[in-house]
Amino acid sequence: MSIEKQEKRQGATLVAPALLWTLGFFVIPFAAMVMMSLAHLEGREIVQGHDLGNYLRIFTDPSLRRGIFVSLEITAVVTVISVLLAWPLAWIIATRVPARWRRMALLLAVLPFWTSYVVRSYSWALVLGEKGVVMNALVGLGLLAEPVQIMATRSATIIGFVHFFVMLLTLTIYSNLIQLSPNYARAAEDLGASKWQVIRLVILPLTLPGVMTGAFLTFVLCIGDYITPQILGGNNELTLPQLIMLQLGRRGDFPMASALSVVLMVIVTLAYAACARWLKMERV
Amino acid sequence: MKYLSWAYLVALFGFILLPVVTLVIFSFQDGRLPVPPFKGVTFEWYAEILTDRAMMEALGNSLIVALLSSLVALTLGFLAASGLARVVLPGSVVMRGLLIAPMTVSYLIIALGLLQMFNKVGIRPSLLATGIGHVVINLPLCFAILYAAIGEHQKSALKAARDLGAREWQVLWFVAAPMLTPALAAAFFLAFTFSWDEFIIAFLLTRFDVTLPVEIWSMLRSGLSPATNAVGSLVFLVSVIVVVALELTLFRKGSK
Repeated sequence: MSIEKQEKRQGATLVAPALLWTLGFFVIPFAAMVMMSLAHLEGREIVQGHDLGNYLRIFTDPSLRRGIFVSLEITAVVTVISVLLAWPLAWIIATRVPARWRRMALLLAVLPFWTSYVVRSYSWALVLGEKGVVMNALVGLGLLAEPVQIMATRSATIIGFVHFFVMLLTLTIYSNLIQLSPNYARAAEDLGASKWQVIRLVILPLTLPGVMTGAFLTFVLCIGDYITPQILGGNNELTLPQLIMLQLGRRGDFPMASALSVVLMVIVTLAYAACARWLKMERV
Repeated sequence: MKYLSWAYLVALFGFILLPVVTLVIFSFQDGRLPVPPFKGVTFEWYAEILTDRAMMEALGNSLIVALLSSLVALTLGFLAASGLARVVLPGSVVMRGLLIAPMTVSYLIIALGLLQMFNKVGIRPSLLATGIGHVVINLPLCFAILYAAIGEHQKSALKAARDLGAREWQVLWFVAAPMLTPALAAAFFLAFTFSWDEFIIAFLLTRFDVTLPVEIWSMLRSGLSPATNAVGSLVFLVSVIVVVALELTLFRKGSK
């Protein structure tokens, strides 16, 4: 056996366990799920079929179709607000905060990142509730006559999400900003650009890759999350993941849950395609 | 501009820290509800949590699942990364893509797929099933971190070891692993945190023995309680200690 062949065989042996694991516990279950999405429920029995009935129902049944729109709307709003809030924060930490306090400030800015995800949503329920600190303060200061209902509405879901993703985006944008050479800004200033122009015309475009990566991550994690809308949003309007869990819980409708998951997958893939193309165009 | 910057910084820090600070403060609430007014300090809720058997079991389960699943993910990722960094195999690009793929799929979908497959082959929802799911989500992460860490320098050192007659396991154990220690530690730490905090896979794939996030979730169903605050604060405290410790040791060294 030639050395090269032997090398290849050893390399393949090393990769094999990880590949087999991914195949057995990711690819096969996923394929099974796609198959399941073509089946349907008769009584409590799952009947294997090959029709697109579930998908047809998703796009005709108002409550299911609405789930898609609710999810898309919430995700879009969260992504935009988070980027708008995180960019200035990352910029201030990267440029305004003295160097020796920078790491400290960054650590502090993402501190709640390290609490448990479930607990973080619960904390917002605590804060935003009718008797929570926010309403207490607003009423106490005389800014509101009486508590406003935020909990169990879309606003609560959005606030909870924005909180999480501002931290995530601050991290990605900060790491982008810190790599930029200060010479770009200096050159622009020497050429007569105002401070605002430097930010808008030089720094901002240079951070687009970081922003896009962060925004895409936000989109993917936000649209697939069950915990935050379930704890904070209540049951008035359901997001896609909530609908999926509902199908499982209420009557064990695996086919419909699978079909909804495939739709979720497709949305994420489309988002990826959109971002990738957009990023490439940026590079040209 | 300067004052505006500071005002913005303070406002955003307030927003970011508000829920955590509220959580911790009201975990000491001397009353039945963790909302204002604050009635005084008590450690009663911490005592209740620490003597709650279900909670402590869930904590133990979480530690075991997180530890074992990250070790498996780390081992598989390490082997795959050294294999793919070593030779160009036919289909290398496809293999890398396949190994990374689970990272782009939401946990709920991975959980649902596994649940269906396990149902079919007769594996009951259990900690083992959850652990398998956690390896699926953490393997791409470990692989990506380690693959990125193997540069030209590392490759030639591995090749030298092989040329000098080291066996494959010796190359991995005595050369690759020590060289990649920072990356291995970072990957392990991240995988551990993700598994430790993961909810939806554990929720769908466990039944009687549950992990900590699932136990906390079932606590939430009984409404707001300072006891939940106490659990949350403890989890937070532990994570902060770990993060600060890592910041002071591992990452400081690594960045030099």
